[in-house]
Amino acid sequence: MQPHHRSYWPIVAALTALSAPLVIMYVYQLIDTVTTTAPGSIIPNGITLQHWQFLSQPITRDGPTIWALAGNTLIFACSTAVVVTGVSLTAAYALSRLAMPGRGLFLGGLIVLHAFPTLTLIVAVFLILQYMGLYDTLTGVILVKVAFELPFGIWIMKGFYDSVPWEIEMAGVTDGASRFTVWRLLVLPQVQPGLAALLIFSFLSGWSEFILPLVLAPANAPQVLATYLAAIIADDRVADFSLFKAVSIFYALPVLAIYVIFQKKLMNIYGGGSKG
Amino acid sequence: MKLVLERFTKRFGATTVIDGLDLTVADGEMIALLGPSGCGKSTTLFAIAGLHRVDGGRILFGARDVADVSAQARNVGIVFQNYALYPHMSVAQNIGFPLRVRGESTTQIDRKVRSIAGLVRIDELLDRRPAQLSGGQQQRVALARALVREPDVLLLDEPLANLDAKLRMEMRSEIRRVQLETGITAILVTHDQVEAMSMCDRIALMKTGQIVQISSPAEMYDNPADRYVASFLGNPSIAFLAADAGEELRLAGGQSLGPAGRLAGQGPLELGVRPEHYGPGKGPQLQGKVVMMETHGREDLFEVDLDGGGRLRAILPAGSGVRTGASVDWGVAVERLFAFSPKGARL
Ligand SMILES: Nc1ncnc2c1ncn2[C@@H]1O[C@H](COP(=O)(O)OP(=O)(O)OP(=O)(O)O)[C@@H](O)[C@H]1O
Ligand SMILES: [Mg+2]
Repeated sequence: MQPHHRSYWPIVAALTALSAPLVIMYVYQLIDTVTTTAPGSIIPNGITLQHWQFLSQPITRDGPTIWALAGNTLIFACSTAVVVTGVSLTAAYALSRLAMPGRGLFLGGLIVLHAFPTLTLIVAVFLILQYMGLYDTLTGVILVKVAFELPFGIWIMKGFYDSVPWEIEMAGVTDGASRFTVWRLLVLPQVQPGLAALLIFSFLSGWSEFILPLVLAPANAPQVLATYLAAIIADDRVADFSLFKAVSIFYALPVLAIYVIFQKKLMNIYGGGSKG
Repeated sequence: MKLVLERFTKRFGATTVIDGLDLTVADGEMIALLGPSGCGKSTTLFAIAGLHRVDGGRILFGARDVADVSAQARNVGIVFQNYALYPHMSVAQNIGFPLRVRGESTTQIDRKVRSIAGLVRIDELLDRRPAQLSGGQQQRVALARALVREPDVLLLDEPLANLDAKLRMEMRSEIRRVQLETGITAILVTHDQVEAMSMCDRIALMKTGQIVQISSPAEMYDNPADRYVASFLGNPSIAFLAADAGEELRLAGGQSLGPAGRLAGQGPLELGVRPEHYGPGKGPQLQGKVVMMETHGREDLFEVDLDGGGRLRAILPAGSGVRTGASVDWGVAVERLFAFSPKGARL
């Protein structure tokens, strides 16, 4: 074990050196949010919680509280995750197993959309949303986000379904179970790792989405954390750079937590199969 | 329950895989569908199970035509080659699944699962997951799950193909024992002749979607309907010699097997000689040379090139002392020969 480990050291050292600047920046960012620093110096000279005051009061006098923003972001990310996963779960099963008309076309379209720079559709999407009266609403942004995420989700789930042996379903059918029961009781448990991974993935993707809310919901009401962060920088009234750093950390914490907790589950998405 | 296939036809797209197949399996009988890969054995089995739609003909369970009945409503038990156990369920849950789907009470399910587990001898494995079982044990679980709801027919698709040689022998007799004890009508799909011969009451030998011969294992071995059947059964396999039947039965290589008897005047034909019917003192002698010898422990297998052409196989008890390269004048048991027309029909 030991000699084996040692042979990795040069690589580890090189990687550490390369990523050191980023790590140091992050550490500084964290320190900056709880300290005061004299202008021109890089050594902090005092401790303060002033930059974290946004937790208890709105940053700008008439602006939203951070919790309202976080709530919006949470709703946005959760809805995206749930809808993407739900639709992928059923659509991918149909594409993987059912001999339905237009299946080939659908699969082809999926691959194209998967690789397509969907953001180039933003103008068309904007027009459609406006026509539907969903422009500048959170619902509208969620719908668009879901649509953009679906090709990836369906494709991933189809991979998981494809790896479930055909015989298991046939055994279930001869055991007397309906196709739906077979799916629910026999197939679903076996794609469960994919389900969990997709749920987390699309949640994270929703949490960090910036462009769509920025373009499709620019008004104050449905703002999410990402667009709000951008707004703070742009806003001359709030010139406090440490505040910006503190909000960023607040914004990044859930992502970090999820990665730490669900690391194993997320890796599944690259495995693409169930083990015995 | 008696099972009848009448003019059963199955197509995949434009290709007809099975064309008008007739098969009758008596109540409580175990029959083997034997044939080379791709001949349509699994297709037939899956059609009986209702997993494939039937394109023509009737499938009768007893008096009931089930050709248009869904798989769920057919009441068949099926064992797949890879067992198809449900990996996320315990052995007990696997076996109980057909009953659970039918909505039986947990106490009833528990009782039936225990009794069937006793029959296939896996009582002590009920709490395990499939991944924690050996191949043979998984096989037993699959068998139990197929049997637990007392199906009309039991279908086995190459159930032993994934087992090692020793386990295969063991499971061969186990499956047969369970089949006899339950008295269930069963169809075994296999491409292993030993399996078919040792486990089943009758064998249906298939070739490209048709049944060539259907009879008991001994009858099929001793009295093959044509050259294909003769060549399929027997290990080591039968050897064929080109010959000509006039007054005398003369091999293409020039050597004679004596008077042609009932074959007299047939002209060009092919002779089939099983290895056990060729050897020292078995009949009219043929000159030849041993080109290959294999020791199988209890017996030795020889290949002999006849002078003038033709190759025969012989199987002799070990210790004959004959070596590769030796010249031999072994005989052929003429009365046990099979004769086939150039087209392969039995003469
Ligand atoms: N779903 C399908 N679509 C098209 N052709 C098929 C399909 N299933 C089977 N076939 C064809 O039907 C023929 C018979 O297949 P089948 O699986 O019944 O063979 P088999 O006798 O069971 O062979 P094996 O011993 O290899 O399992 C084969 O030529 C196969 O290619
Ligand atoms: Mg097969």
